[in-house]
Amino acid sequence: MKKKVVARLISQCEIAPGIFDMWLETELASCAKPGQFVGVFTKDKSKLLPRPISICEIDNEKNALRLVYRNNGEGTGTNEFSTYEKGDKVELLGVLGNGFPFEKAEGKKVFLMGGGIGVPPILQLAKQIGDPDAQIIVGYRDSKTFLREDFEKYGRVYIATEDGSVGSKGNVMNAISDNDLKCDVIYACGPMPMLRAIKKFAEEKCVPAYISLEEHMACGVGACLGCVVKTKEVDHHSHVNNARICTDGPVFLASEVEI
Amino acid sequence: MNMTTTLAGVTFKNPVMTASGTFGSGMEYSEFVDLNKLGAVVTKGVSNVPWPGNPTPRVTEVYGGMLNAIGLQNPGVDVFMERDLKFLQDFDTKVIVNVCGKTVKDYVEVVEKLSDRDDVSMLEINVSCPNVKEGAIAFGQKAVALCNITSEIKKHAKQPVIMKLSPNVTDITEMARAAEAAGSDALSLINTITGMKIDINRRKFALANKTGGMSGPAIKPIAVRMVYQVHNAVKIPIIGMGGIANAEDAIEFMMAGASAVSVGAMNFVDPYVTEKIVTGIEDFMAKNNIENITDIIGCVE
Repeated sequence: MKKKVVARLISQCEIAPGIFDMWLETELASCAKPGQFVGVFTKDKSKLLPRPISICEIDNEKNALRLVYRNNGEGTGTNEFSTYEKGDKVELLGVLGNGFPFEKAEGKKVFLMGGGIGVPPILQLAKQIGDPDAQIIVGYRDSKTFLREDFEKYGRVYIATEDGSVGSKGNVMNAISDNDLKCDVIYACGPMPMLRAIKKFAEEKCVPAYISLEEHMACGVGACLGCVVKTKEVDHHSHVNNARICTDGPVFLASEVEI
Repeated sequence: MNMTTTLAGVTFKNPVMTASGTFGSGMEYSEFVDLNKLGAVVTKGVSNVPWPGNPTPRVTEVYGGMLNAIGLQNPGVDVFMERDLKFLQDFDTKVIVNVCGKTVKDYVEVVEKLSDRDDVSMLEINVSCPNVKEGAIAFGQKAVALCNITSEIKKHAKQPVIMKLSPNVTDITEMARAAEAAGSDALSLINTITGMKIDINRRKFALANKTGGMSGPAIKPIAVRMVYQVHNAVKIPIIGMGGIANAEDAIEFMMAGASAVSVGAMNFVDPYVTEKIVTGIEDFMAKNNIENITDIIGCVE
């Protein structure tokens, strides 16, 4: 059941330059799954649309959701979010999207891959899969490897950095080849070039890859058809080759989408 | 207290409707809103065959509003009748179907397929979408073209016809008069206003389509002015829309001359907004001793 609710900010801190880590107390936590997202509304009413932000972690005991997001700078909605303090009210629309099919990882060798601001949703996924042998492959720009300590609790962590300061130099694909890693199933979230490389890799290795996509959104609930991705087959809802990222996704089997 | 309003012989339980394209066919928003509480659901534009729509990005935010260039993606009238209209049959609300096309023949084909559906109360003809290359707005920016398509649709339509007007014209009253003269039973206004946004860091258009239709609270004063002008220019009833965010906005449109109102972009901001507007209008009527909501139509002095 989707709802618009008022959440209360529990804590917020900057965990890397421009990367903010926010815990929100909200009833939405009880029905959230890894790979789903919430729409976060600004208090500035000149900005209308909810900002889609992925769920980084779910705490069912505290009824809380953790959102890790990038502050896009002066004048943006995420800049406003970064100023929120403990006790502040935050309007959320959620829980949105389908989430990662984590049950498909059972008994499999998995890659859990995140790049840049696509790293956060991989955390709850790793926690849910709960496999100490899960291969968590995360890519960053530089040595500000946010969430690294969290990941180390839930699997084997392989890091790639663009500047080579930590782990493999390059991107997550370099980390795979440098460490000669193998898998039966892939889960990934990150920038489009990374997802394209993963789609290609998965096709070559004949393994399923579940990738989480991003697009500009308006309604977030599947009504406006603003956020679509081209699909290989005519999909059940649109009857054209366009699936709704907010509702049919954001997670798709890589082989089913044209990116 | 009487909330009912009548357009072209069709009576609605209240004047609050959904603006085409922002509400699908109500399926998605039925999780938030009791559709039975609405005056009508106005469905997303439907064409004779499935339309894929435009490339992404299709939406972007602007100050106090948004731009969209969806390009009327829809599954075509056959799927629409089987799935969407069937879904809406379970609700006690009127259904207005928005019809789009590239040629007059396309529109007529949809209108004819819907003609024996008694679960469709009215047809809203989209001659004002700014985001498709052929059809739509091409019929809505020249009085002669608007006149022709209106009279052609009137020949085939069994339900009363609402022509939806574009604000992207020099004089909207000229278009309103043309539609009325050609037999339109009612008018909807305004559709979105053509706009543009540029990402200065990437030197690229924010939308793949370059231009998009602007909606949201920032366009409301333009829409209110146009409803007022058209109300004074024609005798047929008006469904007013453009940035309605609350009951006060809805009442403003009615005082300007609208017999009913549609809520669009604000559904994205508050998925409960349509129901809240119905309640808000009731409160306003009670507080101001208004017996019939129709008493306020065009009452501004």
